[in-house]
Amino acid sequence: MTTTPFLSLSIWLPIVAGLLVLIFGSGAQRAGTARWLALAGAVAGFLVTLPLYSGFAPASSAMQFSEFSPWIPALHINYHLGIDGISLWFVLLNSVFTPIVVVAAWEVIEDRPAQYLAAFLIMSGLINGVFAALDAILFYVFFEAMLIPMFIIIGIWGGPRRVYAALKFFLYTLLGSLLMLAAFIYLYLKAGSNFEIQAFHALQLPLQAQILIFIAMFMSFAVKVPMWPVHTWLPDAHVEAPTGGSVVLAAITLKIGAYGFLRFNLPIAPDAAHYLAPVMIALSLVAVVYIGLVALVQTDMKKLVAYSSISHMGFVTLGFFVFNPIGIEGGLLQMISHGFVSGAMFLCIGVLYDRMHSRNIADYGGVANTMPKFAAFFMLFAMANAGLPGTSGFIGEFLVTLGSLQANFWYAFLAATTLIFGAAYTLWMYKRVVFGEIANDHVRALLDINAREFALLAILAAAVLGMGIYPKPFTDPMHASVNKLIQQTTLKKI
Amino acid sequence: MSATKALLLLIPLAPLFGALLAGLFGRAIGRTGAHLATILGVATALGAALVVANMVFAQGFRYNENLYTWLSIGTLQLNVGFLIDPLTATMMVVVTFVSLMVHIYTIGYMHEDPGYQRFFSYIALFTFAMLMLVMSNNFLQLFFGWEAVGLVSYLLIGFWFTRPTAVYANMKAFLVNRVGDFGFLLGIGMVLAYTGSLDYTTVFGFAQGLGGSMVTLIPGHAWSLMTVICILLFIGAMGKSAQMPLHVWLPDSMEGPTPISALIHAATMVTAGIFMVSRMSPLFEMSATARSVVLVIGATTALFMAFLGIIQYDIKRVVAYSTLSQLGYMTVALGVSAYPVAIFHLATHAFFKALLFLGAGSVIHAMHHEQDMRHMGGLRKHLPITYWTAVVGSLALAGIPPFAGFYSKDLIIEAVQASHAAGSEYALFAVMAGVFITAFYSFRMLFMTFHGDERMDHHTREHLHESPWVITLPLVLLAIPSLLSGLMGVQPLVFGDYFGSAIVLGPDSPVLELRKEWEGVLHFTLHGMTALPFFLALSGIALSAWMYLLRPDVPAAIKARMGGIYTLLDNKYYFDRFNEVVFAGGAQVLGGGLFRIGDQTIIDGGLVNGSAALVARGAGLIRRLQTGFLYNYAFMMIFGVFALLTIWLFKA
Repeated sequence: MTTTPFLSLSIWLPIVAGLLVLIFGSGAQRAGTARWLALAGAVAGFLVTLPLYSGFAPASSAMQFSEFSPWIPALHINYHLGIDGISLWFVLLNSVFTPIVVVAAWEVIEDRPAQYLAAFLIMSGLINGVFAALDAILFYVFFEAMLIPMFIIIGIWGGPRRVYAALKFFLYTLLGSLLMLAAFIYLYLKAGSNFEIQAFHALQLPLQAQILIFIAMFMSFAVKVPMWPVHTWLPDAHVEAPTGGSVVLAAITLKIGAYGFLRFNLPIAPDAAHYLAPVMIALSLVAVVYIGLVALVQTDMKKLVAYSSISHMGFVTLGFFVFNPIGIEGGLLQMISHGFVSGAMFLCIGVLYDRMHSRNIADYGGVANTMPKFAAFFMLFAMANAGLPGTSGFIGEFLVTLGSLQANFWYAFLAATTLIFGAAYTLWMYKRVVFGEIANDHVRALLDINAREFALLAILAAAVLGMGIYPKPFTDPMHASVNKLIQQTTLKKI
Repeated sequence: MSATKALLLLIPLAPLFGALLAGLFGRAIGRTGAHLATILGVATALGAALVVANMVFAQGFRYNENLYTWLSIGTLQLNVGFLIDPLTATMMVVVTFVSLMVHIYTIGYMHEDPGYQRFFSYIALFTFAMLMLVMSNNFLQLFFGWEAVGLVSYLLIGFWFTRPTAVYANMKAFLVNRVGDFGFLLGIGMVLAYTGSLDYTTVFGFAQGLGGSMVTLIPGHAWSLMTVICILLFIGAMGKSAQMPLHVWLPDSMEGPTPISALIHAATMVTAGIFMVSRMSPLFEMSATARSVVLVIGATTALFMAFLGIIQYDIKRVVAYSTLSQLGYMTVALGVSAYPVAIFHLATHAFFKALLFLGAGSVIHAMHHEQDMRHMGGLRKHLPITYWTAVVGSLALAGIPPFAGFYSKDLIIEAVQASHAAGSEYALFAVMAGVFITAFYSFRMLFMTFHGDERMDHHTREHLHESPWVITLPLVLLAIPSLLSGLMGVQPLVFGDYFGSAIVLGPDSPVLELRKEWEGVLHFTLHGMTALPFFLALSGIALSAWMYLLRPDVPAAIKARMGGIYTLLDNKYYFDRFNEVVFAGGAQVLGGGLFRIGDQTIIDGGLVNGSAALVARGAGLIRRLQTGFLYNYAFMMIFGVFALLTIWLFKA
């Protein structure tokens, strides 16, 4: 094992950088300092995660880059970090997006930029903590703490109804979190005064207890994913959040819920997971179909993409709960891809919003005439959102459909309707915004993307295409961990 | 890398390289650079395809290897790889040849368009996608190419993106194709679920053992697995190859510039479905039920789409409906297990239909973008090369010997005659009647455009001139195979062992019977000239000559007399109206209802804001403790949780 604590670095480097930005970058005259400092911190935070990929042993299903030290010995709470082939991807994804949101905010955020950038850096570190924590309480602390910067970002830099949106999010999250904590404490007592997540995995539990634990954790994670019917906070949060907030919300924080299912629900309560799988699958399919239809009638671009996110995340949970490797790895790939694609979609909407100050589809029309470069990028991401082969958006949907068909033909049948609905809502929006004659003088006055925006979109375009053309490097490190997970889920605990 | 592999890679990658160069660096390399890059790319591909085809036919070369592993999960290996056999070789040559003609033609046709480089980039990209599709050795890559041609078609139909009709048509085309892909994807899923692989060779090997397998999708109803798989796959083919009721996108796709109508919506993309079913012949040969479905849908398309060709005035739409009808003929051939005949017709049709479309484009070009045949007439004198090549194309389409269409179409009819499949009587009637109608409308178009009075306005007449050589050269080059490919191809393609093991023919295939009766090309041609289809075609031409050359008052009289039928045809059997109201409208009503009642009223109104109101009432009491800053609340919450935890645990 390596001696450099890369995981700790990936958590604390952005947080320290965020604090430095606050200290040295606050004040109107020092916005430039804040920006460059934040960029340096974000890039450094990304660089320290690279060894996690290069040094990762793909054949092993064990936790790697582990760090362990007692934190609150009286309660047997430890600072225990480690990643496997599943969490690896989310630490990487999160760290990729931090520089992106910093650059996306560059000239756009004029109100207290230091605080804004610091919030993102701190949030980035905390989110890495969520994915790397192997101690339940440590997980819980990161899980709750990362909400604070997000609240601040929406609450201060958000739109006119930001307070409503933040409060809605808060209410949704509150109940679930407390139930999850109760479950942790129950497991702690069962495991002999131990908060180790891996110790929880090994616990033998009666079905009744498993079901209660499953539901308690479900309440917390389902809100995050979000699954139908606890999804209505997401469109509101997206609409009110500034661009960077939407990007992180869609690309990263939605993944925490799905990750929670894999790290907690499936291995801790496998019998309950099987018992409740029909319900989970039903909720997932409702998300795909119902939300797909709801997305079709949205008039606000951000709401439309938010609904499309919910629909796409339905594939993730569907893939997980058919319990076969194709489904689970498909779900994981869908999560990674959705990170790139939805992040890019929100950046694209941000590009338009910065110029027109409107998210309303009806205010646009004929953008391709004045912003051809932008239109090309937006086309690529729209197609990825519609799951076109050759883009990353295809792989997850394809594999989950194949995986779910092995469980039941009709699961796949309903899931595959996304081929039609996903294309319909995405392309219809694209048509109304980008194609056609120039709709009004505001559109006529639009300037095409600048070098900064071009660079951001080009990076994501490369990721979307690269993953679509050659996804194997993404799945190779997953196999061992996913196989172990499937073993854990097939093992009877009763 | 072996030399063979490099040669094979060159075929799709050369057009891709041209497309990237023209698309990404269009401004830097300029118009000439863009067309040179893409034309060189496609010409290279054609050259390499000819070399490979020569290897295949002269030396029995076969190739089936993976290039790289796209993804692997457990035992499932998804690869990108090439399968080269006679079927692939034929498709590669047809695709690259027609594509090259269209590229050259585009120099002339699009020379005034500001999107010149973008256009070249798209058509070269299309060539790449189509080549990946036909060269694939597995279902995954097939689906890649399948969707990629759909994408490029979307981009090209909406090429003039400021036109509302164009951007409506391209979305419609993409969505209708997606409905087909929906079935196709489920078919692929079933293949994987039952064979554990997506590799053609493995799947076809497995399929032999699955002939008797049943599958229960609805409790109490067991269906043959192969029937389910084949029908699902065929739904995909119905989308791409525009079979009823998924044909609605193709006529609208005429909104794109004419060169792509020739390339995509006549000669190549729409043939993807025909190619796919032929490639899957080992599967389709195991389900007579699925083949009968294919047969009936093909026959219906062949006949009913031909009717629509009669009443069109837009020159491109006449050709478009004839494409739909001819695709129906190919599908009929598939339905009676005559796969080699289907591919034969696919190839001859690719040549003469590309010719007709490009000819129509040449007319439109000369007429300053006028497409209505009522404003044409007498163009024969002004556009001699276009005229004579259009005559060749029309004769080929009408099925007059010795033009190419005669051989392929006659064989389809004979195959249906010899077939005993369920539905073959209906199909025989449809394809026979179709011959008459096809001959009628193709010559109606020829007469209305090139003969009779000059009905255009004075200004247009002043400027009429034959198109430049970049337009007429492809016409001439396409006229040659439109004349000769049938004559030369019929013996080897259908009656020789041309396809070898690439296409599987079951014991019931009428092709086997036809082979017994085969007595050479000359005999076949002479025999054809005494058979019913030939007379049907001649009478179609004669009727058309009477109505449009001798008695131009007759069509109007018939139109007035047959108002009801005319309205039905003019509204294209109301398919569009039905789809708009039921599917597009229905989805919006449903989505709106779910949004307002489900999300806004029940979930938000009832559950979320209801509990929020409850909290708010309670919070009113302790309001003074609150700072109003959300992060304070969050912090307090964590703090509180820790406090509770500590107390509880120490008690325990």
